[in-house]
Amino acid sequence: MTDRREHTLSVLVENRPGVLSRVAGMFSRRGFNIESIAVGTTEDPRYSRMTIVVLGDDGDVEQVTKQLHKLVDVIKISELDPAEMVERELALIKVSADRSNRSEILQIVDIFRAKIVDVSDRSLVVEVTGDTDKVKAIVDLLRPFGIKEIVRTGRVGMARGPRGVEGSRRAVQGLEAVGAGS
Amino acid sequence: MSAMELAVSTGGRKTPAPKLPGARALVECLKAEGVEYIFGHPGGAVLPIYDALYDSGLKTILCRHEQGAAHMADGYARASGRPGVCLATSGPGATNLVTGLATAFMDSIPLVAITGNVARALIGRDAFQEADITGITLPITKHNFLVRTARELPGAIRAAFHIATTGRPGPVLVDIPKDVGLEEAPFSYPETVDLPGYKPTYKGHIRQILAAARAIMNAKRPLLYVGGGAIASGAHREVRALAEKCHLPVTMTLMGLGAFPGDHEQSLGMLGMHGTAYANYAVQNCDVLIAVGARFDDRVTGNLKTFAPRVEQIIHIDIDPAEIGKNVVPHIPIVGDCRTVLSVLLEKVKEKRHPEWWQQLEEWKREYPLQYPAAAPGEIKPQAVCEAIYEVTGGEAIVATDVGQHQMWAAQYYKVRHPRHFISSGGLGTMGFGLPAGIGAKLARPGKEVFVIAGDGSFQMNIQELATAAEHNIAVKVAIINNQYLGMVRQWQEFFHGRRYSSSYLGSLDFVTIAKGYGIKGILVTDPDDVRPALEEARAHDGPVVMDFRVTQEENCFPMVPAGGSNSEMLGPKGWME
Ligand SMILES: Cc1ncc(C[n+]2csc(CCOP(=O)(O)OP(=O)(O)O)c2C)c(N)n1
Ligand SMILES: [Mg+2]
Repeated sequence: MTDRREHTLSVLVENRPGVLSRVAGMFSRRGFNIESIAVGTTEDPRYSRMTIVVLGDDGDVEQVTKQLHKLVDVIKISELDPAEMVERELALIKVSADRSNRSEILQIVDIFRAKIVDVSDRSLVVEVTGDTDKVKAIVDLLRPFGIKEIVRTGRVGMARGPRGVEGSRRAVQGLEAVGAGS
Repeated sequence: MSAMELAVSTGGRKTPAPKLPGARALVECLKAEGVEYIFGHPGGAVLPIYDALYDSGLKTILCRHEQGAAHMADGYARASGRPGVCLATSGPGATNLVTGLATAFMDSIPLVAITGNVARALIGRDAFQEADITGITLPITKHNFLVRTARELPGAIRAAFHIATTGRPGPVLVDIPKDVGLEEAPFSYPETVDLPGYKPTYKGHIRQILAAARAIMNAKRPLLYVGGGAIASGAHREVRALAEKCHLPVTMTLMGLGAFPGDHEQSLGMLGMHGTAYANYAVQNCDVLIAVGARFDDRVTGNLKTFAPRVEQIIHIDIDPAEIGKNVVPHIPIVGDCRTVLSVLLEKVKEKRHPEWWQQLEEWKREYPLQYPAAAPGEIKPQAVCEAIYEVTGGEAIVATDVGQHQMWAAQYYKVRHPRHFISSGGLGTMGFGLPAGIGAKLARPGKEVFVIAGDGSFQMNIQELATAAEHNIAVKVAIINNQYLGMVRQWQEFFHGRRYSSSYLGSLDFVTIAKGYGIKGILVTDPDDVRPALEEARAHDGPVVMDFRVTQEENCFPMVPAGGSNSEMLGPKGWME
């Protein structure tokens, strides 16, 4: 058994009603927790792409992948290699802000190359994009000012380099006998 | 107009496809799939469908409960290998199918369930008899469809049959809103399915098959462990050929019974919780375990930590990649259809004998035979009834069972000789399965004798289907193993709850009178000498029969591996076995 860690699965599915609940339901039914899930249509409107982050050892993730693959609406599953992927999430953070501390907040926003997308006399909405660590870091720095609300998209991921995600290291579609279970 | 004509008329470019209301289109689809029977129960949302069925030529069986319909379709499928079809109305009709679908799902049985739903405009408004049946059945179907337009309907039905019957089979549900059944759309039955995410693997990887062949050739104590997948894939001939060529002992799961003849000298019978002692000893001592279409279920393995401790190579052949490594990590996984894989494997192995291993197995067979205590004068032992059914039918009858002690005794003492001849709810363990499944089996195989080995508790869970059997004179012979208890529950209470028989006593019931009320012949059997004559009388009767066998009330089912225990520690009639 390997260590438990986060695994990022990129899952191509048919763009049909109910697909999300099929996928999410499978995870809970089999006792796996979804850390994060993000869904959107792809370059081809017939398909959607889900980026699912799941915590587990390699065996867990293999089982989850195989079970996912049994869903008729699931077309392709690839596990993204952490060393060879870009992963991003977007967060909107509403911070208490008034004239006295606004410039201090703006400095933090600058450092993180984040943006202010809304201003009122008592608050700011900050938009930040980055990997999970970056989002966590800015949230930590903004916390002392008073965070009123956070909304996050969940993570999306993509393999680096010219190839599409299907060509990535571990495209696990149509699991062949070799390697299955080993 | 038949589906063929319709298909042909749409083939020519000039004539546009004829328009049909959804319900008529559904009927044409079912005909094109070669459906023979539709097991169902009507209601508001399926009235258009029932109307289209009325003079369609398809045979409809009115089941008295939708659960019965699902089990009948299931029994039909198990006995024939062809998909069973059931039909229910929206809301309560659809939810009544749930147990039947879950039963079929757990045992990988090809079923197509059609449900009506409320009209499209009402969906999501908590309309009268609305239920989100696609949502409800998500985890207990292989796939399901909500048909949104009449135009989509033929494609959905085509896909449903395809998904149900290919790869690892399973139930598929198609939900059709009432107004889709009335809506007209051009009809043509698609010849292909468009399912980019669905491509079962049939051919095993040759490198893995060669590795398996080597492991079998090097084995000193091999064991073939055969499950329901072998029956689903029609691999019984290959299983037998491999066993005989390499002198392999064969043990079967409840679902695998019949994949190898139970009366063959190389059969060890069933393994697991109520398996034979020698089958379990063989598992605990084998060095090469060849699992064919079996899934290392907890009722088979007992405590996984102590399962097959001496094994060096586990070969696991299964069409479902997710089964491989789910419970037990094999050394040689082979994803593929059992029959296809075994037929290649057979060519790669040479004849082999295992005299020492067989000497050991024979010794275990002699020392720990399947046995039960002798009957007191006038006492009918439940095991003896199962044995007698085997003897009078020569093991040629199809047997359908309920769930409980009688099910295990049937599995132990009715030595199934052919595939698709033992029909039992293995995975879900659904009481009330036997009678409707037996009716479905009899309709699928009218030339075969069909016995239902029922429990007095289980039988009452779908007893209403006696009316269905009576209406069509479906000649199932029901043998109720009447111990006046929920026997299996009582047994667990005896062993694990200090004989506190909480809610497990059923009391006496006059099944003969009940049968009579349904217009069915009933036979009460209270004397051991009457067991065989009753069975013969039932066999000779042209129609359904209910036999009420008053058996030992507090008999226990042995051997028994307590849940979660090790397969080498079995309780027998005389206590713990060595
Ligand atoms: C629908 C359902 N409810 C409850 C159970 C739990 N259960 C398993 S065996 C059993 C007793 C069955 O009694 P009976 O049919 O008389 O068979 P016996 O064990 O007496 O042979 C029960 C209640 C079940 N398997 N299925
Ligand atoms: Mg009973």
